[in-house]
Amino acid sequence: MKTCLVVDDSPVIRKVSRRILEDLGFEVAEAANGVAAMAWCDAMMPDVILLDWRMPEMDGLEVLRRVRASRGGSVPQVIFCSGETEIERIREALEAGADEYIMKPFDGAIVAGKLQSLGLLQVRAA
Amino acid sequence: MIEAPDRAYLAALCLARAGLRVDPEKSYLIESRLAPVARREGFVSPQGLVGALRGRSDDRLAWAAVEAMAMSDTEFFRDRPVFDRLSAEILPELARSRGGAPVRVWSVGCGTGQEVYSLAMILADLPASAGPWDLLGSDLSERNLEKAQAGLYSQFEVQRGLPARALVRHFEKKGEGFALSPQIRQMVRWRRVNLLDDLSSFGRFDLVLCRNVLSGLAPEAHTRVRTSLMQALAPGGRLVIGLRDTLGGSFKALAPGLGLYAAA
Ligand SMILES: C[S@@+](CC[C@H](N)C(=O)[O-])C[C@H]1O[C@@H](n2cnc3c(N)ncnc32)[C@H](O)[C@@H]1O
Repeated sequence: MKTCLVVDDSPVIRKVSRRILEDLGFEVAEAANGVAAMAWCDAMMPDVILLDWRMPEMDGLEVLRRVRASRGGSVPQVIFCSGETEIERIREALEAGADEYIMKPFDGAIVAGKLQSLGLLQVRAA
Repeated sequence: MIEAPDRAYLAALCLARAGLRVDPEKSYLIESRLAPVARREGFVSPQGLVGALRGRSDDRLAWAAVEAMAMSDTEFFRDRPVFDRLSAEILPELARSRGGAPVRVWSVGCGTGQEVYSLAMILADLPASAGPWDLLGSDLSERNLEKAQAGLYSQFEVQRGLPARALVRHFEKKGEGFALSPQIRQMVRWRRVNLLDDLSSFGRFDLVLCRNVLSGLAPEAHTRVRTSLMQALAPGGRLVIGLRDTLGGSFKALAPGLGLYAAA
């Protein structure tokens, strides 16, 4: 089973994301901030990280840089998941090493589509 | 509630004008598809709209109702493996075999344009030596075509199937939505075309995409459209249908799982 770490300071978003990902057959772990996220990654790198941008203390870009710099840190596919919808911000996240980008608000179909295009989900016949 | 005779009238209208298979029993579906048209046209209810259709001959209104009854779901790079195959193999091959003459591509039933724009984005990445490309998008619905031509999509639409890298490369934020770049938009010509009409005046195409249209047609219309598609294919041309669509025996399946065919 593939694993996904959901990093978001909002419990509501974490809960929604967990439900979507579990429905898609992922094993889900949650982190409410960057420090907790790094602790998870040090213990066991997930296959995917769903990563919020704006979080107190350590923001998503910082988490992304730290993950990529750590051992095994090139393995996880990182999907930014943020309320930022300016093209420049999205480009910045991709250039910092994110594999995909989801603009909030999102739904299950969007998450499934992104996972599919990253090769993490079998493409179902339409 | 739209009464049964009115639903039957509407189904017959859709069949006659566009070959659409509409089940008159599905009252909920009919209501929900007609409701936006009814509102737009100033009727208090879908029932009022159908009543008016029966009462007077109003061609524009009739078309608006028929167009609204067609399925219109679409997304960028829908069924991604199809586009991967087109980009890695089919399109470069077609360009080679045309030897510098324009490669003609037709998206028939293009909806709001995502399908043919996905192709245009792929072509923008192919070496300049491949091509030139001549892209035509056509649909029954004027509203769909207007939206396609404008190239303006909602935040929701640009997240369905479109990779974030393609978004930052080809789109700009415009208000709440996202506008496709003029470079990509300029690659496509648009035309309102009813598939039931005689298509021979459009000439022949090297690649025809007719995806998720056939499955909505009644049997006689399906047969007619199949023949037209066959005639629209240039020698060596390729046809792509949707994954749920079916096609009769006159085509040769190249990759049935992808809906990819050649003229037999
Ligand atoms: C479900 S959409 C498919 C859009 C796109 N090809 C795709 O696969 O995503 C079907 C489209 O076919 C168009 N259509 C239905 N009947 C048609 C007809 N008789 N002539 C031309 N277009 C038609 C509808 O207007 C609609 O935009």
